[in-house]
Amino acid sequence: MAKNTPSFALSEQEALARFDEIIAADERIEPSDWMPDAYRKTLIRQISQHAHSEIIGMQPEGNWITRAPSLKRKAILMAKVQDEAGHGLYLYSAAQTLGIGRDQMTEDLISGKAKYSSIFNYHTPTWADIGSIGWLVDGAAICNQVPLCRASYGPYGRAMVRICKEESFHQRQGFEILLHLSRGSKAQHDMAQESVNRWYAPALMMFGPPDAQSPNSAQSMAWKIKRFSNDDLRQRFVDMIVPQSEVLGLTLPDRAIRWNEKRGHFDYGDLDWDEFNEVLKGRGPANSIRLERRKQAHDDGAWVREAAAAYAARENKEAMAS
Amino acid sequence: MSETSFQVSIGEAFTAEDISETVEAPSKQLAKYAMRLGDDALILAQRLGWWVARAPELEEDVALCNIALDQLGHARAFLSFAGLAWAKTEDDLAYFRNESEFTNAQVFEQPNGDFAQTIARQFVVSNYQCGLYIALQASANSTIAAISAKAAKEVDYHRDHARQWMLRLALGTDESRKRIIEGLNVIWPFVDELFRDDELVEGLGASAVPPSSLRADFDKATLEVLARCEMEVPQGFVARGGGRQGIHTEFLGPLLAEMQVLARAHPGATW
Repeated sequence: MAKNTPSFALSEQEALARFDEIIAADERIEPSDWMPDAYRKTLIRQISQHAHSEIIGMQPEGNWITRAPSLKRKAILMAKVQDEAGHGLYLYSAAQTLGIGRDQMTEDLISGKAKYSSIFNYHTPTWADIGSIGWLVDGAAICNQVPLCRASYGPYGRAMVRICKEESFHQRQGFEILLHLSRGSKAQHDMAQESVNRWYAPALMMFGPPDAQSPNSAQSMAWKIKRFSNDDLRQRFVDMIVPQSEVLGLTLPDRAIRWNEKRGHFDYGDLDWDEFNEVLKGRGPANSIRLERRKQAHDDGAWVREAAAAYAARENKEAMAS
Repeated sequence: MSETSFQVSIGEAFTAEDISETVEAPSKQLAKYAMRLGDDALILAQRLGWWVARAPELEEDVALCNIALDQLGHARAFLSFAGLAWAKTEDDLAYFRNESEFTNAQVFEQPNGDFAQTIARQFVVSNYQCGLYIALQASANSTIAAISAKAAKEVDYHRDHARQWMLRLALGTDESRKRIIEGLNVIWPFVDELFRDDELVEGLGASAVPPSSLRADFDKATLEVLARCEMEVPQGFVARGGGRQGIHTEFLGPLLAEMQVLARAHPGATW
């Protein structure tokens, strides 16, 4: 079949063959290309979850905007949270190219139907948590997301390029917060260590369940949406943060961490997947708080969105009449 | 060294760090003036920062956060400059002054209220700051002029943002119209204070701008928008003011308590 035949002129079988060719050649699927329904659904699920995670993730960090301990830190944190909102916007736009509306995605989020990253269901009681989120949570996100820049779906891959650039700044600022605290007064050092103790395991669990228990992974890898397995990415992350924790002068709360000469990687201890599953099921420390806050902002803003729509309609009408 | 050798041109990046490292200390009188400008911007940034993850649309989270960030940038520059007069840093001034030492005008500390009240406050302060920073670009003090030149460009966007929302809310639905009228009624009593001259400003000559000289343009600009909104200027109660002398409404204390709590729990720490 000719490569430039438009999708609509192909039989379903020909379209699937072309889709498979594009995937095999490591080229990109674009919004106007034919794609299997399951591929579309998988992407909508993954991209919208990612967008929701950015939006919900604004809350635990936003918690410290009004109390940041210096004006410079306040400015950096505001810029960072603003970046997260921007990421949410690109990702919602990428998902929209697959035929789902933003209203629907928002509805799915606040009704609890759609998921977002469980990591944001933990509280941020101390300033050091802003450091830990940057270093560990954004660090884990980068390990997950850099390979997504090559995801087979074009709009997703391209959105991820910009997101990853900004996330790497976020990780560095988190590291720098912790470095300052660790080298500061004893109270500051303790604050940093206590926070890292809380965030370490949840950050490792961000890569998802062990490969053997990850139901969606194999198909996503075949479609080249996902490029590396959960466990491979987790290992990459551990190998990155162990030497960084030494520079920070902080310890990771895992006695099993040691260099394994044979594997060429750091070993690490078992994770408490029961806790992970609890949080996933909505029984984490802040699940209901996060959703309630999102819902309340959405509900409180309804009259504003209605006013904007009414005004736009009125303007259009006047423009048509003149 | 003469002051001119420290001059920073308008186009250059002019950060709080640049100021604290390279600029000559102002007189105490000029520092007090810079502190007023810095306090206005800081308190507004603190108020607007609350909206993050609470705005009616994702685009508004971004917009309000951006405005807050601009204001915080202006605050950092003015407070860094002011601090030089007493060998204080921007953080000393932001975190370790008490309520009565803050000299922001009272309108800046007024609560966010609902989105309409926030927009009404933005409408007033962005129009005020636009006129102020445009005029201050000609300040005899090169640092005030340079900070103002950068700020003037940014607050022009803030004014446009506020104007667009004034129109949408006033002419949108019955409910939005009711709310923006109420919001403006809450905010308007604090307008007068912004334009009162006092001895400090009069003593600074061409380094400062007499607030009263900005009133006519402010009235013209706001009236124009209100006319398009089919709204009237609220009449009646005029707040007594006194923010420039450290007299505040009851809303500033809790704002500062929240802003300063962590820094004050660790005196002498760096972050």
